[in-house]
Amino acid sequence: MSIRITQSKCVGCGMCIEACPGNLIKKNSDGKAYMLHERDCWGCTSCIKECKTGAIRFFLGADIGGRGSTLSVSEKNNISTWKIEDPNENVKIIEVNKNDANKY
Amino acid sequence: MERKVIDTDVLIIGGGTAGCFAGITLGKRKDIKVLIAEKANIKRSGCLAAGVNAINAYITEGKTPQYYVDYAKKDADGIVREDLLLSMCERLNHVTDIMEKLGLVILKDENGKYVTRGTRNIKINGENIKVILADAVKKQENVTVINHVNITDYIVKDNVIKGAYGFDVNEEIFYEIRAKAVICATGGAAGLYRPNNPGFSRHKMWYPPFNTGAGYAMGILAGAEMTTFEMRFIALRCKDTIAPTGTIAQGVGAKQLNSKGEIYEDKYGITTSQRLYGTVTENREGRGPCYLKTDEITKEQEQDLYKAYLNMAPSQTLKWLEEGKGPSEQNVEIEGTEPYIVGGHTASGYWVDNDRQTTIKGLFAAGDVAGGCPQKYVTGALAEGEIAAEAVERYVDDYNDEKVFDEAGADEKISEYESFFQNPVADISTELLEEAMQKVMDEYAGGIKTDYQYNESRLTLAAEKIKMLEDTCKRLPADSMDDLLRIYELKERLVVCQVLIEHLRARKETRWHSFAENMDYPEKSDEWLKYVNSKMNDGKVEIIFRELQ
Ligand SMILES: Cc1cc2nc3c(=O)[nH]c(=O)nc-3n(C[C@H](O)[C@H](O)[C@H](O)COP(=O)(O)OP(=O)(O)OC[C@H]3O[C@@H](n4cnc5c(N)ncnc54)[C@H](O)[C@@H]3O)c2cc1C
Ligand code: SF4
Ligand code: SF4
Repeated sequence: MSIRITQSKCVGCGMCIEACPGNLIKKNSDGKAYMLHERDCWGCTSCIKECKTGAIRFFLGADIGGRGSTLSVSEKNNISTWKIEDPNENVKIIEVNKNDANKY
Repeated sequence: MERKVIDTDVLIIGGGTAGCFAGITLGKRKDIKVLIAEKANIKRSGCLAAGVNAINAYITEGKTPQYYVDYAKKDADGIVREDLLLSMCERLNHVTDIMEKLGLVILKDENGKYVTRGTRNIKINGENIKVILADAVKKQENVTVINHVNITDYIVKDNVIKGAYGFDVNEEIFYEIRAKAVICATGGAAGLYRPNNPGFSRHKMWYPPFNTGAGYAMGILAGAEMTTFEMRFIALRCKDTIAPTGTIAQGVGAKQLNSKGEIYEDKYGITTSQRLYGTVTENREGRGPCYLKTDEITKEQEQDLYKAYLNMAPSQTLKWLEEGKGPSEQNVEIEGTEPYIVGGHTASGYWVDNDRQTTIKGLFAAGDVAGGCPQKYVTGALAEGEIAAEAVERYVDDYNDEKVFDEAGADEKISEYESFFQNPVADISTELLEEAMQKVMDEYAGGIKTDYQYNESRLTLAAEKIKMLEDTCKRLPADSMDDLLRIYELKERLVVCQVLIEHLRARKETRWHSFAENMDYPEKSDEWLKYVNSKMNDGKVEIIFRELQ
């Protein structure tokens, strides 16, 4: 399980680098973010939440059941919109209101 | 390496749950200068990075702090410090109030009362709990935060704390931080044992892999007394994603089920270690895999579970969707994790007094790094952060020691850091040594491979091999500050392993199945109703037995 950064979408703001609890993401010579330690991601999604351009997506490794889908999240007016996209580009959206507590 | 010296009254090492709350508490005393040194960024660092599911430690209506103390004591089969548990429990609801005022969403019923889960939990939206804490820290004028600074050692003179050394994880900067008092809040230790998913997803573990036991290691090397490392924490988690199971077990009431269709949950007892041991035993005796029985939940419940997991362990929701089958269509497979050292779940950590002062004067410990007080969870870590902060206020007010500046100590530390940059490129790497350490612990010190069991002969080998790895570490080459960080993370883990092995060896009984399953002594004995503590002396771990208090 790890993250993938789409270089063309990255504007080099550095927010993901700042936020990663494991200091795993660094800047390359073009000033864009890249994942230095691909195998060391904890899967916390902090970097994805920080990235305002939607450049980062999360995936499960095949060793834990990944089959090519990716997960990303964006936030607007207290609604987190989670987007799950499978390899055939089918998209599933799950919205979570930040003001709603977990039912369980 | 550039050298920076910072002078402060109070240094907080680790801006996680307990560290941030200690900072917020000290924010009331504008005359005290506080510095938080955090290896990542306090915004999303530590256990709370992905969010949490519930407040697991709360005194619900009709219950008392003593009720919680009794529960925690029973769960740990007697090996706890009741004084510490009680002082923590008395503050659980108070710190929850503060968190709600800061913006934490807590579920309420139509009468405005918190909705409880079982008798000790309340329901929240914990996705942004760390962001809430970090924002509150930033509002305190007297609190400064330095992010991306990894602390490696305390400065101690005549058993009195004087500050700490560390380095910037990106730039070549050495930090010497001088302080009157220090609060250690670096969390527990993960990554000691070979993990559930040792390949590509090796860091898909339950406890944050970035909490490497730095606080334990610093204390051990400085001669602080530690307690109960042998009470390892092994979590029962969703297979592969290692996501928490409480949401399913307590939330929708799913029972533990084996592959023969039998509910085995009550067969082994209901303490945390017994629930894990039950699953291990069912597997060993050929009745695995084991599950949480969810296939009778409704589609609506399933949707709520998807959301609940997105709020704390998003990989589990992704996994269900990848499989094309949610928990209403298939039971959730469970497994035990690799062992962790986590004083917020079990009782391992610094031996502290009721103020959370360690055996080193002026050094306090709070949260997962502090021992004797299990079942802390989020609110317990906050409570300990507050207790330590209040004690530190009194300590700083009475402080009249001279501040000594030990130039030689700092020089020595810089040379140590720099030596890794001078090491020639070799056939060893931090990654390889880390794998070697995890293999040793897995095979010889009761990891997943041996169903968490060990014996004296295996532990002896583990100790020898860990010592060798510690020696080999000195030859590791570094080319960047990131390399240096990874070397120090490994060194910290090796120190923790060394002490852990001696603790496992010292408790000659099996009080907690799986957590400390000593095959030379498979029974529990009243003789062992005592604490196993330790101190490092000249590189050797000295065991100290203490009577229960
Ligand atoms: C995945 C997960 C889910 C959980 N879910 C729940 C839940 O639903 N409910 C509940 O009540 N409890 C839950 N817990 C337990 C609870 O979150 C923890 O017990 C608590 O947050 C621990 O707080 P802490 O301050 O000790 O550690 P942390 O919050 O982890 O803080 C430690 C900090 O120290 C920093 N640090 C480490 N080493 C160094 C160093 N050398 N120099 C500088 N900084 C350093 C780290 O980066 C980190 O920021 C969960 C824990 C985990 C891991
Ligand atoms: S998901 Fe978390 S651990 Fe992984 S790269 Fe992003 S911030 Fe770092
Ligand atoms: S947060 Fe997004 S845009 Fe900013 S550096 Fe990271 S990937 Fe690039």
